[in-house]
Amino acid sequence: MAEPLLSVRDVHVRFASRRGPVHAVAGVDLDVVPGEVLALVGESGCGKTTLIRSILGLVAPTSGSVTFDGHVVGRGHRRLRRLRRSVQMVFQDPTGALNPRHSLYESVAEGLRIHKVEGDEIGLVHDALSRAGLRPAARYAPRYPHEVSGGQRQRALIAGAMALSPRLLLADEPVASLDASIRGEILALMRGLVDDTGVSIVAVTHDLGLAWNIADRIAVMYLGRIVEIGATEDVIGDPQHPYTRALLSVVPELEAMERQILRGETPDPSRVPSGCRFHPRCPVVASGEAERLGILARCTGEDLALAPVPGAAPPDRVHAHLAACHAVSADATITAGGEGSAGATPG
Amino acid sequence: MTEAVLELRDLHVTYRAAGVDVPAVRGVDLTIGPRDTLGLAGESGCGKSTIAGAVLRLLPRATRVEGEILLEGQDVLKLRPGKVRAVRWTTAAIVFQGALHSLNPVQRVGDQIAEAIETHARTRSRRTTTARVGELLERVGLPARRRREYPHQLSGGQRQRVLIALALACEPALLIADEPTTALDVMVQAQVLSVLEDLQRDAGLALLFITHDLSVLRSSCRRLAVMYAGRIVEEGPSGAVFDEPRHPYARALASAFPTIGDPASRYRPSGLAGDPPDPTALPTGCPFHPRCPVVVDDVCPSLDVRLRPAGPAREAACVHVGGDDDG
Repeated sequence: MAEPLLSVRDVHVRFASRRGPVHAVAGVDLDVVPGEVLALVGESGCGKTTLIRSILGLVAPTSGSVTFDGHVVGRGHRRLRRLRRSVQMVFQDPTGALNPRHSLYESVAEGLRIHKVEGDEIGLVHDALSRAGLRPAARYAPRYPHEVSGGQRQRALIAGAMALSPRLLLADEPVASLDASIRGEILALMRGLVDDTGVSIVAVTHDLGLAWNIADRIAVMYLGRIVEIGATEDVIGDPQHPYTRALLSVVPELEAMERQILRGETPDPSRVPSGCRFHPRCPVVASGEAERLGILARCTGEDLALAPVPGAAPPDRVHAHLAACHAVSADATITAGGEGSAGATPG
Repeated sequence: MTEAVLELRDLHVTYRAAGVDVPAVRGVDLTIGPRDTLGLAGESGCGKSTIAGAVLRLLPRATRVEGEILLEGQDVLKLRPGKVRAVRWTTAAIVFQGALHSLNPVQRVGDQIAEAIETHARTRSRRTTTARVGELLERVGLPARRRREYPHQLSGGQRQRVLIALALACEPALLIADEPTTALDVMVQAQVLSVLEDLQRDAGLALLFITHDLSVLRSSCRRLAVMYAGRIVEEGPSGAVFDEPRHPYARALASAFPTIGDPASRYRPSGLAGDPPDPTALPTGCPFHPRCPVVVDDVCPSLDVRLRPAGPAREAACVHVGGDDDG
């Protein structure tokens, strides 16, 4: 297994707010290896954007560390500059992210100029545009954002990011604002870039279809923590955490699953519940299942970290299937390593 | 046969922009019966939201609307302005996407709902109005006491529920929902969808549900219509249209949202090359032919195919549909 390109170790990010301290990221461990796509899934307010910002060095972790390519992401100006060439960001709304008064050429060239990339600028820009599917590049280069479609604007943003030959692309809801028909094209482009250039992608999304389309692994975040992580096939085929199961059950296409619509709003990171942070909305608790398993007191009183899913064949550390749920470990003790994850019957 | 709640007959809508005619809807026929649900899908600019605007006469003044729009048998296009206002809440009401912008930020949400009730039903007393506001909020899953709150005190999903309650204030026969869940988180989207489904079932509303997300429509609507370049290109029972679309555009739209867990779509995002056509310069023949994966080179660029039968209660506008190869 390749060494991780990015390592996030026990990162906490706290903010002060009028309503008291907000614990946006509450102890996250994460590795990203070269050439993989990781989907970071969760609702608004779960801390996924703050986590991404800490990887970019835009927000300093309150504690813990982020290591990129062997170097700790710190505050040093020069080091951050080098980091930001290797780590590029693609935003959700391509219309807002492009300067309306810059042609697509200028938008792509801007990064090359900032990072003082040597070589033939026109050649590099045109190459980036055509790799992003804006072909012939010479025709698209002089156009302004309002002269092209939403999908083409998103391609131009990706071209701008890829022009710097980054090693990691952070994509924040890269297709959420695009039409259904364009969505697949952009996802295919992203997956193609990974396969051709070996770049890694961390895609922040609430779209599990995106994960199924392009991601090698999925990390599910809830209230500042990763509550389940694993290979896409494992997390989708055999979801362990009740939150993951609920997220999967509300995907409209999956009619086989009984819908578990969680009550209440997206939780508030300034008021994290005691015990398992998911317990106030947890269907296992609400249905009485937790009480039957004799773990209710632990659910409401005992915080817990990610642990390997019992029964699963343990692959290497990076690709292991982990979940943070008392019911998952309780189940394992009862069935003594029996059916833990044998079947692919979610729910 | 019972009277349709909404019937569109050969509807044409043409915008006027910078001195140029922009045909947004080019001959649409649609029927929604009482308690029926119809999903209208298509990408930006296909004309689906224009239809919603035309039904409620919410389009800019310079827009040309031709054809017939029958709301419970009355042609909306022939109504006097005052009558249109009455129809707008009592017969058909609309819920838009941007809940934040549709509510008045400095008025309590309960008062906004009360205002709609009082404007349209003059007989009510203050007390029955208050009770009705509470009842409406509870019907969309919000505690009645939330009526005292201002829009900023509510989350996005809660504001969307308030908008639905507002739309229900005058007990319309038809609810038009234009991308009602698009900006919401998955879980909140599921909550709002289930509110809509319950209302439709319990209150006997007819629902016209407009979105680009075909997968949402499949589970919430009985019938599905797919629009492209201002026309309906496929219509039929939603399960059939979603699972076995006949028009290549409907097929592309249906496969854009993968079946999660299906090995066929793993690592294979499916999209549609090209961009939606410019309505002022539509391609000749079938407007979809430049993007069509199954284009017939000597037919499609010149033949403008209209809807034709494509199986039980289904129609599609494609040369590949009908005749011998219609299976």
